[in-house]
Order: sequence, then C-alpha cells, then structure tokens
Amino acid sequence: MSARTALALKGVTKNFGRAEIIRGVDLEIRENERHVVIGPNGAGKSTLFHLISGRLQASSGSIQLFGREIDGLPPHRINRMGLSRSFQVTNLFQNMTVMENLRCALLWSQGHKYAFWKRVTSQQGVTQRAEELLERLHLSEKRDVPASLLSYAEQRALEIGATIASGAQVLLLDEPTAGMSRTEADDMVELIREITTDCTLVLVEHDLGVVFNLADRISVLVYGEIIASDTPEAVRANAAVQEAYLGTEAH
Amino acid sequence: MNTTQERVAAGPNASAAVWAQRLWPWVLGAGVVVVMPVIFTSSYAITLMSHMGVMIVFALSYNMLLGNTGLLSFGHAVYFGLGAYTAMHVLRYIQATGFGLPIELIPLVGALAGLFFGIIFGSVSTRRAGVVFAMISLGIGEMVHASAHIFTGFFGGEAGLFGNRTVPSSLFGVDYGPGIAVYYLVMVWTLLAAVAMYLLRQTPLGWMANAVRDNPERAQFVGYSPQMVRFFQFALAATFAGLAGGLYVLVDEIVTDETVGMIQSGTVLLSAYIGGIGSFFGPVLGAILVVFLEGELSDITDAWLLYFGLLFVLVVMFAPQGIFGVLTQQFFAWRAGSWRGSLGPRLYGVASLVVAAIGVVAVIEMAYHYFRHWNPAEPMALFIFEVTVTGPMPWAVALTVAVAGLAAYVGHARPMLRRAMGGGGR
Repeated sequence: MSARTALALKGVTKNFGRAEIIRGVDLEIRENERHVVIGPNGAGKSTLFHLISGRLQASSGSIQLFGREIDGLPPHRINRMGLSRSFQVTNLFQNMTVMENLRCALLWSQGHKYAFWKRVTSQQGVTQRAEELLERLHLSEKRDVPASLLSYAEQRALEIGATIASGAQVLLLDEPTAGMSRTEADDMVELIREITTDCTLVLVEHDLGVVFNLADRISVLVYGEIIASDTPEAVRANAAVQEAYLGTEAH
Repeated sequence: MNTTQERVAAGPNASAAVWAQRLWPWVLGAGVVVVMPVIFTSSYAITLMSHMGVMIVFALSYNMLLGNTGLLSFGHAVYFGLGAYTAMHVLRYIQATGFGLPIELIPLVGALAGLFFGIIFGSVSTRRAGVVFAMISLGIGEMVHASAHIFTGFFGGEAGLFGNRTVPSSLFGVDYGPGIAVYYLVMVWTLLAAVAMYLLRQTPLGWMANAVRDNPERAQFVGYSPQMVRFFQFALAATFAGLAGGLYVLVDEIVTDETVGMIQSGTVLLSAYIGGIGSFFGPVLGAILVVFLEGELSDITDAWLLYFGLLFVLVVMFAPQGIFGVLTQQFFAWRAGSWRGSLGPRLYGVASLVVAAIGVVAVIEMAYHYFRHWNPAEPMALFIFEVTVTGPMPWAVALTVAVAGLAAYVGHARPMLRRAMGGGGR
C-alpha cells in the first residue's frame, strides 16, 4: 500500500450556532485504501462528508487533499482537484438518460469545460469512456433510459459511475447500500470493488457486513470525535468502540 | 426528445437518412419563408411576418434562459432594446458620416451590444438561480427602462430615435426600401440565429445548462460551476436578444423606450411559454402566434389583451408543456395508434370546448360594449348577429351557451374520453 496521504483532516470542527457537531477530527487516509467511517446515528458522519466535499465550511481546522488545502473551496473546485462524492439520497440528472448522465460527468475531466463550439455527441473520447463505464456498471441495456425510470439499485450504481467518471482519485460514498436488500447490497459491494481498483475510497456505511467486507481501515466517529481509526480486526477488538458503538448497536 | 437527439446526432459518418431527418425542419422553415410573401403580398402582411422573424429570434434567445437553464427572467427586453438602440445609433452614424458598414451587418452591432450588456448585467445576476435571479432581472429591467427617461441623448426621450435603412450600402447591391427586401434579410438572419441556437443546445455548455437547471449540486460534483454555466448561457442569450433588436431596427426604423420596457419583457416570456419551453420549436410557434394575435386580434376586438391574458392563464394551468408540446404529444399519440377508438370522444370534447369558448367570447364582447361604448344601447355586431346588450336576452343566451359547453365537457365529454382511453391520460 502506498504511503502517500490522499486526504488529511487536522483538528476539524464544525458548529451550527452553539451546537458542536464535529469536535476536533483528525483523520489520515492513505492513497488507494478503502476507508470506512462508522458511527451511531447523529455522530456527524454526513456532516464530515459535507465538510470534505465543500458543501459546508469547517469552523476551524484544516482539510488537505494530496497536500493541498481544500477547506473553503467551492465543490466544483474541489472536484477538479480530484475528489468526488455520492449522496445519501440519490442525486442524478433525473431527466437525462443513463448515457447522458455519464457524458455530463465526463465532460469536465475530458477537458471540454464550457465549450459552446463543439457537439457533445461528436466527442469520441467522451463517448468511448462513457460506453466503457456503461459496460462496467452493467447498465449497457439501460443506455437510453431516463435516470428517473431506473430501479433504485441501478440509480445508485449510476451515481457511483458518475462519481468515478468525473476523474476523481478520491471518492466519498455516503451509504451506498442504504435501503437495499441483502443481495442488492452484496452486488453493490462487488461493483464498488470492481470499479474502484485504483481509487481512494471513503465510505459512510451502517451495514456492518459491508463494512468488514470492504474496509482496509475503519474509523469510528462518535459524537463528533474519532475514537478509533485502525484495521477492522483492531477496531473489532477495541474496548472503547465496543462500548460506544458495537456494544449498543450490533448484535 | 433526448433519445431522438441521440439518434439524430450519430456523428460525422451519418447516413443520408439521418441527414434528412436532421435537416427537414430547417428546409421546411426555409420553404415557408420563401412561400409566405408570395401568398400574403400586402405590405402590412410583409411587415407582420418580419416582426414574426424578430420575435422568433427573441423568443428563442429567451428560451436559452428559461427552458435550457431554468432562469426565469423578467428583464430580457433590456438586451433586445439596448441592442436595438446601439444598432440605431450606428445606422444614424452611417447616415451622418457615410461610414461604410453595410446594412446586412447592422444586426451584428445589436448582437455585440447585447453581448456587452449581457456580460455586465449577467455577471451580477447569475450568482443565484430561482427567485433571486428573477428579482434581479426585474430590477435591472426597471433600472434600464427608467434610465431611458434620464439619458435622453442615448435613448432619444419620449419620441425615440428614427433612422433610414435605405442610406447604408448593401453587400449585395439590394435596395432595402421595399418591405419585402427587409423581410428576406430578416429571415436569413432568423434562420442563421435559429440554427446557431439549435446547435448550442448540443454543446458541452448546452448540456451542462440542462444539468445545472435540473441539479446544480450534481453539476458541481462533476466539476462545473453552476454560476459560470448560467453566466455563459446568459451572455449568449443576451447576444441573440441584441441581434433581434438589431433586426427590429431594420424593420421599423424607429426605436422607443418601449423596446427595453417591462411589456416587451413580458411579451417574450409569454411567447416562449405559450409556445412551449420544453422543446426547441415551441418558442418559434409561440412567437408567430403572439405577433399574429397582437397584429390581428387588436383589429378585431378591443378586448384582445384580455384574450391574450386568458390564453396565457389557460396554457399555464392546463398545458404547461405549451401549445407545441401539446401538438407533438398528440401527434405521437396518434402515430402510436392511441387515437383509434377515441376519435369520437376527442372530437366531441373539442367541440364542447369550442362551444364554451364561443359563449365566453360573447359575454366578454358584450361586457366590453356595455362598459366601454359611449352608448351601450346602440346595437353591436356579435359574430353573425346584431344584439342590443342593454336587454337581458343576449346575456342569457351567451351565458347558457358558455355554461352548456363547459358542462358538456366536464360532465360528459371528459369522462367519456377517459373511458375511451382506458382510464389513463389527461
């Protein structure tokens, strides 16, 4: 495993008025690792994601992506620096077809920016990459179906595809298996494994089966603080974690 | 629509059939442009049709904002009007100095002015979409209209500015005195602008405009700044609005402060919406219809603005996809065979609505006569009848017709239509 740090959070806090949601988080995520953040409801997992992806600004502390400060930048700038995310609630261009969603996700990373002098469908690079992704997402048959008409699991798969398409090396996935049946969740984990081979992956996940199946390392977030950040085995054995989280929620 | 677009845009090695499919609306449009002045030869009709061309460009540019980017502007006339004024000043400058810009290129002056002001006002108004954008556009519209009364040097005050389109030279040696020559010039520009705006929808910017309209957050997470996408769209829309303003100068040879005013901004909104903002050709149909109604309906009845408003309200309430949207829906339903077995109820439904409309029109016309005529007791012409509106009879008859038509539709024709279509449909 590479030693380079993909994402580093140092002393990050976030207050909403007087409510402290994130209370000094330090977190280091190495390149190409699959890192899962777990924690009870209301621990601040989604807020943490919003802070990293630029939807929210930290009250204090620093967030660095490959050594460059990203806190305070707008989401599109952070995205261009190599980070993308999916959402807890499916977040697609609902009126567009599967293929159009992928094409839109590819445009910027393929360097087309705000061009208004060339046609999208004539860009061979974009079309090729989109077809490839379609294949890898097992959505080839749904190519021209509007995103809003896909099944829930397919929408989630497409969303992850769009997240990857934007060329990001660091992906934040917010509960990718939420609301799925056992088999759907297993398929999704398999898909995530397949298509994120050379990406750094940060997940929020509730399903402990998924967590221990997928994670290289696990961080446990409880009331805005990371109480443990280690390998799955070590986290499983950690007394504080058992008390705070596994002891109450699992089994 | 999107799937057709995909199929139509198959790439450079598209077959002849694909090209035919891609080109036929434009060939048809060009054919109509050539044939119309042969059928309608009066100078009034020619001017009306030239105005239609101007409004088509204007409405299409408006739809770049509303339909494509989801930006509801109440001040789009600013760019139309400022384009028109700038073009007029150049025209007058040519008159005064003999400076050599040919008349065919004067609309480009309007377009550049539209771009210039679009960049200035767009940079402050496109930060946010939704209500904030709408309010800022309203404010800018009011501001520019108010300044027309302050900077009378540029805007020409109450009387506006006049120019003479026959003075500049022509690239092709054409005499633009007759309306028909200007008509063709306007139509060439209209076609060019329409093709350009059509192609713009297929570019990365055009796609991301749709993306930002539907889901600005997702657009950010694929690397796009929603504000920049809106800004580029806005500046381009203002450019085409300015072009329309430049064409307007050539047709009318006069510009007044109305061209930057609220009514003009409202008219373009109505045109685009009535035609249908969901498809490219919707605003074209809307522009033709609105200019036609403005020109023709105002000759027939004093209440034309009321009908105009009613039409808008009805479209918003019952056909938000616009008239063009309804027509294409019905066309595809017909082609898919879902008219079979429901043709009778369909005709019945339309007939009952027409009867209701006749009743409503009669009531409105009589009311107008009663309240607006200096002598309400004087008989008035209503359709093929002559009625005296001071008596109760005509009112009773008209109201009965209106209510009967509506009742037949709501109580009988609509349920029948629903049954015939298997419970579904509208």
